[in-house]
Parts: sequence; structure tokens; C-alpha cells
Amino acid sequence: MALKKVKGNFERMFDKNLTDLVRGIRNNKDNEAKYISTCIEEIKQELRQDNISVKCNAVAKLTYIQMLGYDISWAGFNIIEVMSSSRFTCKRIGYLAASQCFHPDSELLMLTTNMIRKDLNSQNQYDAGVALSGLSCFISPDLSRDLANDIMTLMSSTKPYLRMKAVLMMYKVFLRYPEALRPAFPKLKEKLEDPDPGVQSAAVNVICELARKNPKNYLPLAPIFFKLMTTSTNNWMLIKIIKLFGALTPLEPRLGKKLIEPLTNLIHSTSAMSLLYECINTVIAVLISISSGMPNHSASIQLCVQKLRILIEDSDQNLKYLGLLAMSKILKTHPKSVQAHKDLILACLDDKDESIRLRALDLLYGMVSKKNLMEIVKRLLGHMERAEGSAYRDELLYKVIEICGQSSYLYVTNFEWYLTVLVELIQLEAGSRHGRLIAEQLLDVAIRVPVVRQFAVNEMTNLLDTFTVSAQSNSMYEVLYAAAWIVGEFAGELEDAERTLNILLRPRQLPGHIQGVYVQNVIKLFARLATTCLELQDLPGIVRLCDHVLDKLQHFNGSSDIEVQERASSACMLIEMLRTQLTATDESAMVMETAESGIPPLAIEIVQEMTLLFAGELIPVAPKAQRKVPLPDGLDLDEWINAPPPEDNPSSSSSEHDKEELFVSASQAGGGTAMGHDGGHGGAGKRRKSLELTPEQMERQRLARLIEQSNNPHYLKSTNASASAAGASNADQYDNIDDIPITELPLDMDGVAALRVGVTKRSDKYLQDQQAAAALQGGGAGKDGKKKHKKSKKSKKAKNKVAYNSSSESEGEPKPLHIVNTTLDMPEGVSLSDSEDKDGKYDPNDPHRALDIELDIADFEAPAASRSASKKSKEGKENLKVPAEPATNSTSKKEKKKDKDKTREHKRERKAHTQPVVVDLIDADTPTPSPRHAPAATATPNANANASNNSLNTSSTVLPDATTEEHHKQHKKKRNKEKNKEAAASVAEEATAASGSIIDVEDDASTLVASKTHKKKHKKEKSRRKEKKEESESATASASVSAADYEQPLGISTPSKEIF
Amino acid sequence: MIKAILVFNNHGKPRLSKFYQYFDENLQQQIIKETFQLVSKRDDNVCNFLEGGSLIGGSDYKLIYRHYATLYFVFCVDSSESELGILDLIQVFVETLDKCFENVCELDLIFHADAVHHILSELVMGGMVLQTNMNDIMARIEEQNKIVKQEAGISAAPARAVSAVKSMNIPQQIKDIKLPDLPQAIKDLKF
Repeated sequence: MALKKVKGNFERMFDKNLTDLVRGIRNNKDNEAKYISTCIEEIKQELRQDNISVKCNAVAKLTYIQMLGYDISWAGFNIIEVMSSSRFTCKRIGYLAASQCFHPDSELLMLTTNMIRKDLNSQNQYDAGVALSGLSCFISPDLSRDLANDIMTLMSSTKPYLRMKAVLMMYKVFLRYPEALRPAFPKLKEKLEDPDPGVQSAAVNVICELARKNPKNYLPLAPIFFKLMTTSTNNWMLIKIIKLFGALTPLEPRLGKKLIEPLTNLIHSTSAMSLLYECINTVIAVLISISSGMPNHSASIQLCVQKLRILIEDSDQNLKYLGLLAMSKILKTHPKSVQAHKDLILACLDDKDESIRLRALDLLYGMVSKKNLMEIVKRLLGHMERAEGSAYRDELLYKVIEICGQSSYLYVTNFEWYLTVLVELIQLEAGSRHGRLIAEQLLDVAIRVPVVRQFAVNEMTNLLDTFTVSAQSNSMYEVLYAAAWIVGEFAGELEDAERTLNILLRPRQLPGHIQGVYVQNVIKLFARLATTCLELQDLPGIVRLCDHVLDKLQHFNGSSDIEVQERASSACMLIEMLRTQLTATDESAMVMETAESGIPPLAIEIVQEMTLLFAGELIPVAPKAQRKVPLPDGLDLDEWINAPPPEDNPSSSSSEHDKEELFVSASQAGGGTAMGHDGGHGGAGKRRKSLELTPEQMERQRLARLIEQSNNPHYLKSTNASASAAGASNADQYDNIDDIPITELPLDMDGVAALRVGVTKRSDKYLQDQQAAAALQGGGAGKDGKKKHKKSKKSKKAKNKVAYNSSSESEGEPKPLHIVNTTLDMPEGVSLSDSEDKDGKYDPNDPHRALDIELDIADFEAPAASRSASKKSKEGKENLKVPAEPATNSTSKKEKKKDKDKTREHKRERKAHTQPVVVDLIDADTPTPSPRHAPAATATPNANANASNNSLNTSSTVLPDATTEEHHKQHKKKRNKEKNKEAAASVAEEATAASGSIIDVEDDASTLVASKTHKKKHKKEKSRRKEKKEESESATASASVSAADYEQPLGISTPSKEIF
Repeated sequence: MIKAILVFNNHGKPRLSKFYQYFDENLQQQIIKETFQLVSKRDDNVCNFLEGGSLIGGSDYKLIYRHYATLYFVFCVDSSESELGILDLIQVFVETLDKCFENVCELDLIFHADAVHHILSELVMGGMVLQTNMNDIMARIEEQNKIVKQEAGISAAPARAVSAVKSMNIPQQIKDIKLPDLPQAIKDLKF
């Protein structure tokens, strides 16, 4: 036996260890996979042995192999074996392997519960530490539930190392087992005041993570964080706290007002860029949340923008990047202050760093005005020609369209220019994946801007004529879809419809869906041409047309795409029908030659019917319109069309739920809107009446249906006029939409024709014209020398006619040449701003949803709620204890004992203060005296507020407040640190007297802050000294020995270590 | 939260991968590859942030990286982390490695991947920053190494001897043996 063991040990010496494995892999670079598979076979052998060291070695090798992309989950059992070894060395390797390959769904985790518990309670703090580190990577809901108590116990361990790890671990527990949050929270809050800065920082970290997703529950903690912010010197923690405040301020503007000053001081005083940056970010968040009503509001913005400018001008690319990032946040609310730095931002567009260029592009969105749009777009187009990466080019293209299209083309004054830009984008040689986007823009502009249609159809004809489908990699051919549709739909505007028709009929290699559109629009063009022939009584012309189209359509008829084939053959059938009528006349016309109209009535009818098919104006439909369509009154989606199957009735609640989500019920949405188009659609809805209905019901249904129809984007309205009339009458429901009636503006095409004469960059022409016009206007010359100028005058007149709201325009800005029709087809009761953000933002799998738990932090806003919450929390605590397994009875007993002690303390305190309720509310867990006093001081006002709400206790509240305050003071004196703090305490006292929370203290804020600034100076000095020290340290640490590849030292000589 | 920490060399070979959210091994490799492609095509004098790749993260996530000689250290973090803070954390990580390995180079990371993991676990735990003070980190690491040494004790001696023999590069050693310069020695001989 002994011999065997010795032999085993001896053999083990010659096993491959991790170093050998790595060396082997490096020596077998050519057949790495084969080598590794033999290694895995060896490892399997090793894992079968009893010796734990051998197994440990095998698992260590597996961990390395896992990094190279091999699945090692098959060794799960062995990993657990190694984890359970009593030796720290093995345990550590085991937990490392587990953290790399286990995941919350691993079934093996069931086996680990007791082992991990044992490790957590180990005497050796590093056993527990390793267990916590490993556990944090693979903790499952079951493990969280079973181990929550053990981890909570560790949170009050005597060793700061374990406290710190346990605090962080609790966050992972909360994510998997949200029920643990409520009972654990008081303890977590306590850790904010922990004497060890690492633990404190960990607690701040966890609460920040929690509060990021559910900020409102953590608002009551603001005073504690405020105190931490003004006293702490740990930059890392400060950053976290300041970030947290950024999340809290939108919920509580008062907090924001309070924050501005200390943050501004920090901005002025700190030398750490990271801290400065986060301060600016939070100040921005504050400014966004309060937006107005601040006396030195604009000063703060000015300060932020100034500091950001310094960041952007810095040579450090990282600071530049972050500066631009923060600028974009300001842009949303204070575009004016950002626009002042347009020069800087535009300069960043030329930066060599792509990330920075992209950030600058984001800002560009807010930089444009009617005046400079053309110029900016011109620059972007220039960039596009030079850009090397296709991703960056795509982004540029996207931005061009975004800045032009923003708020319904607010800044586009000349749509001919815009269409030219779009065509130029299409004709860029490199192509882009944004073909579909451009197509949508073309359609949108053509539909919304009636005046530009004539220009559009001619441009599109040229595009159809010249565009060549080149590289398959890009999707630019999608624009043909839009082009074909535009020329067909607005065929009436075409100068030479026959030419366009021929272009469309030209046989080309195109994707099916585009060919389908081609065929459809060939018919539209055909109908248009046929109508002209009718008007001219040109029988031979119409016959020739028919033959021509029929002939060319054969090409489409043979298409392999089923859609194209179907459309083409039905088109052929239609035209053949007409053709037979026409030829029939040929013969009959021979008979009665006297007949003057050569075209038979039947043929005329067919042509008229065909044109009717495509008559009527289309207006844009809001993207969300469909889902907002109210459910028609008579329609019951749950009603069975056929008799339900006999066995069960599945009209479940879920389907009802769906219905509610998809439709706004008609009765709800109807409201008083029926009046506008009463009778507009006559008897349209009468078809479906049922016999049982009373006349009143019928009338009601009819009204509802009319409303529905008038708002249904799929319901073809009888006339154009009624549609716009309906739009006008509904104007007051359309929030946020400028309801502008469609107006025809006269437009002379001479200028356009001139433009078309081969200029390489046609869109530049518009810019020059605009500049010239501006110069003319600026000079005050009354002569209308330029056509553009005349046009703008005209449009001005037209604008007045339609009462276009342009009061915000400044004088120097170019007047819009064209008017955008912003009427959208929308169901009533729906505004464009109705967003589905709520549906979109929430990920159903986000564990933070379950963590939206109201916590029993003394709440100054809803004392009643917090009281009930605290009660609940006690229940929750008990619940948590129930699942504790018998194996750990001893520990849980200990905990209970502790709890009992605490409750005893509680009682004592209660007796002393004779004020049970309030004390309970201040803090459910009684504090350990020393670090607790400070928050007690801040919490008392809350308690006071609570009490005043609770009329029973009002009279006696004064007592505990006074005593805690005294305690507080004594403690402070004992420490005898700074007089400033006493000032703060006295301020707090005043606050108590005013029975407001710390946030409420507006008047005293200044003194409080003043005292803080003193302290900050001390801090600053300290941190500077620290930094210097660190710098010298790292300077000595950095070494630069040139060596071969791999042996090159990493040369850590960039000491940007401002934080630590 | 930190979602992943990746270390790979200039050729994209992974030297350390730590994911704080579960991805299967194939996806992990794809993420490493994608991240490498994103990071490696950037010049050294551009900023250290870039938007996360398509595989890991999304709009809320950023890649924050530093390039040291032959290695890229990449952290994938969400918006709750301070960008500059993470840059400093990378610096602390590398300096800690430097202290532990004494003039750290890529070879140290290759042959002591497990040790690097243990060091990292003192900085970051479960995706959250645990400790940023280098002295504290070093103290923790040294204490743990002491335990390991104690445990190994005398029983590990033979194993150590074997591994010492294994890692001896005998041909090189023979080459490096310096024989006394015989002719000179002969000349110097005084009769």
C-alpha cells in the first residue's frame, strides 16, 4: 500500500504539468488541435486516479485548454472534487476552473451548495475569499437562495477582506434571488459607513448598480451619499457616487439644486480628469432635470461647456473623445451653448481618430441650421469620398440623412438640393448598405413635398436610365424601387412619359421585388399615356402603345420570380383586353367610317377604369399607426367564427390581454371626434348591419365605424378633399404635428434646367445660390436679380397664406423654398410622441426588474408606505431564515442570537427614548454606536417628518431627536477633528428644527457648502502628495528592456494613475 | 459592471479570458476574435475607447483597452463604469503583474495563466471592481502565495526538482558552458 503510494507520487512527477502543456502547445503550432486532443486524453486518464494532486494538475491544464476554446464541462464532477479539497492550492485551482466553465444553469451546481457553505465559513479567510470569487461567476438562483444567509453573515465578518467580498457578492445574490434584497438592505446600508474604505467602496458600488436600474427606490439614501461625497477622498468611490447622483437627479430636482454647488467646487478643485469628467456629466444631468428656475443656471452650463472645450482641445485623444461624448448630452437641452463651439466640433470631423470623428458626427445633429445645412452636408460628402472604411462611410451617409431629415426636414430649405444630394449619394462609387434608407427618403420627400415632385420624377427618370447595378455587396439598387415608384405614381408630372416607360421596360437584371414594382409602375405609366391618347383621340397611338408594352412585358412574364410573373401576366391580360377592344373597333370603324371618335366606348371605359385604379393622393402613414387602430365596435376578436370545439374553451385571458395591447378600444378612443366628419362617408358602413340591433345601436355603431374609417390608413378615402378636411378637423388631436394643408407652390423650372448642365457636383450649385442670395439680402438691395431670391419671396407669401409657423426663424436665415407636408395619417387619440419605449426598453430577462423593490429606507415622502415596508421586511427576514438547511443550524442560530441581542438593544434604546415607532423607522437594524451617529443626524429630520405625519406621535418626537443630536455632538467633539463639521451639525440641527430633510434645507445650503470647501482644500493637498508619490513609484517600476518577441516587457510607463 | 476582460497578443492569441457573463466556448472565441479585429486595426495614438462589438454588449457597452508592447488588455464595460477609471484600473492590473512577475512580459502570462487569474481576482470580482489599491492587492497575493508554499512544503520538493530539470534547456546550457581558453592558459603556464 505504502509502496503503491510512493510509486504514485513518483509517477506523478513525470506527468505533464501546466507548464509542460503550454510548452507542448507552443511546440506543436502546426497541429495544435491534434496535440490538444491527445492532451485531453491524458487528462482524462489523470482524472481517473485517486490522487487529488494529480486531479488538481489535470484541472489546471483544463482551465488553460478552456481558454483556447475547448469545452471542458464534461469534467464538472472532477472540478467539484478539486474544489472540495482541503488544500488551499487545489481549492483555488478548482474554483478558478469552475468560474471559467460553470454557468448558472449548470445542473452540477446542486452538488456544490454544502461544500461552498463550508468554504464560506472556513477559518481561513482566503478559503472563503476564493469561494466568493468563484461563486460570483456562476451563482445560480438556487445557490443564491441557499447561501444568502451565509453571505450576509460574512458581511459582518471581522475581516475587512471578507466583508468587502461579501458585499459585492450580495449584488450577485440579489440578481438571482431578488427576495434577498429587502432583508439584506439594512446591512448593506450599514456598510456605507464601514471603517474600512474598501468595504465602503464596495457597498457604494453595489448600491450604485442597484440604483442604476431602479433609482427611485434609493432616493432616500441621498443624504448619506451626499455626506460621503463631501467627506471622501477616494476618487474611485467619488466617481461612483457622482454617477449615482446622476441617476437620482432626474427624480428629485431639489437634490439637483443641492448638488450643483459642491459639484462645481469639485470641478474647480480636482486634478483628476476622471473625476472632473464625471462631475461634469452629473452637472449636465442635473441641468437637464431642472432645466430652468436656477439663478446661476447658465453659469453652470457655461462652466461645463468651457471645461469640455478644454477636454476636447486636449492632445489626449481619450479626453477629446469623452469631451465630445459629454457635449452630446448637453446638446439635447442646451443646443445654443454647444453651437457656440461649432468651430471646434467641425474641426473634430477631420480628426485622424475614427471614434472621435463618429462622436463629432453625433454632435453635428445639433449644429445644423437652415443657414449652414448645405455647407455641412457638402463637407460630409467630401468626407465620404475620402473615407476608407465602409463602416465609416455608411455612418456618414446615415448622418447626412439624419441631419437633413430631422424634425420633418426642418432645416432643408430647398428640396431640389436635397434630392440632388440623395442622388449624389446614390451615385457614389463605393456604394453603401443604406440603399433602403435612401429609398425611403426619396419616397418620403416625393410624397410629402408636392412641389418638388416634378423635379423628382425627372431626376428619378435619369437615375433609372443611368444607374447600373454593380457590386452585389451593397444594397444601393434598392433605390430603384423608390425611383420606379415615384415615376409611376407621379406620372402626371413627367415631361416625357414615354421615355420613362421605355426605360422601365428595358430588360435588366434586378431583384424580384424591384422588378415587381417596375411592372406595377409600367401600368401606371401606361394608364397615363393611354389617357393622353384618349384626349387626343389618337387611336393608332394607343394601339402602338399597347403593342409595344405587351411586347416588352413578355420579358417580365418569363421571370423566375413568382411575384414578377404574376404582376406581369395580369398586366398583360389587362392590356390585351384593351387591345382586343381597340382592334374590334378597327373593324367596326371600317364599317362605319363616319364615326368621328375612333375609339370605342368600351375601350375608353377600360382606360378610364385603369386610371381610376391609380387616382387619389397618398399621404404618409405614421409608422406606429397600424397598432393604434382602435378595435371596431362590432368586432369581437374572441368571438368564434365557427362554433368552438367542444372539448374546452380556450378563450383565455392571454388573448384578451393581447387584444388590449394591440388595440385601443373604440369607445375609449372615440370621444368627441365624431362631429368632424359626420356624414362624410355616407352609407359606407351600412353593409354589415345585423337584424338584432336597435336603430340607436346602429347609429352608434355607424358613427364609430366612420371614425374608425376616417382614421384607418388602409381605408381608401373617397376624395382628397375629405381627407384633408378630416385632417384639419382632427387637428387638435394631433399633438406635436403642425397641421399644414397641402399647398401648391409655383416653381419655375428654368433654374433647375440650368443646373442639369453637366456640373460634377450639382448640389454645390445650390449652396452657391444660397450664399449669393444671402449676400443680396444682406446688402439690402431691393433688386430681385436672382431667381432664387424671387422664389424665396414667393414662398414667403405662400407661407403667410398657409400660416406656416416660422416665428422662431431668425432674420438672416434662408427662407424655405418648399413646404413639407407633415400631415400624417394617424388614428385618433394617438400622438406621434406616443412611443413604445416602455415595451422596448424593458428586457423581460433583465434581473433588475425583479429588484424593483421598495426598500424601507426612512422615506421622507411616503412615511406610511415605508412603515408597511419595514414590517414586510421583518417578515422577509424570517422567510429567508426558513430555508436554511439543518447542516448550518449552528451558524443560523448564531445569527439569530445576534439578532436577539440586537433586538434587545433595540428595546433598551426604545425604553431610553420612549419613542419606539420613530426609532424603528430611522433604522430597522440598530446601529453600532460609533459610525452610526452621523447618519442618525441626517436621518432624524426624516423621522421627524414621519412623525409629524403620524399625528399620534407628534408630541414626543422632539425628545429622541434632541438626544441623538447630543450624542452626535459629543461624538464629534471626542474626535475633535474639524470645526467645520460642527458647523455642519448645527446646520443639520436647524434643519431638524425646520422639520425638513437635508434636501429641503435651501437657505442653509450655502453655509454647509462653505464648510465643505475648506475641507476639500485639505483633501486636494493630500491627494496631490499621494499622486506625486505614486508617480515616482511607477517611474521606478517602469523598465524598458528590449528583447525578442514575447520577452518584451510590457513597459508600463504611462502613469495616468490619478485615481488610485 | 465589467462584462469581460480579455488579454491577447498582437496576433490575436488569447492570453487571458475572463467572462463575467456566461458565453459558451465557441462564442467566447468569436468574441475574442471580433474584439481583436476591432482593436488591432487602430493606431496607437487614437483614443482607447470604442463601441462594443456586435457579439458582446450592445449600445450600452464599451471596449476600453490599452496596448502594452505585445499585449492588448481589453475590458468590456457598461455605462456604470467610468471610462478613465477603467483605464487606470488596467494600469493597476498591469503594474501589479509587473510586481508579481518582476518585469512582466508576454511569456509570464503564457506560462502562468492561472497566476494571472488569481491576481485578477483580487482586482475584480464577478464583474465589479474589488480593490484598486496596489499595496493592498499585493499584500493579499503575497499572503495567498505564502499559504500555497506552506502547503507544498517538503512534499513538493521532488516535483520541483523534476520541473527544474524539465525546464533546463540542456543543449543551450552546454553551448553556454564557458571553457577556459586553453591556448591562452597554456601560454600563461610558466615553466
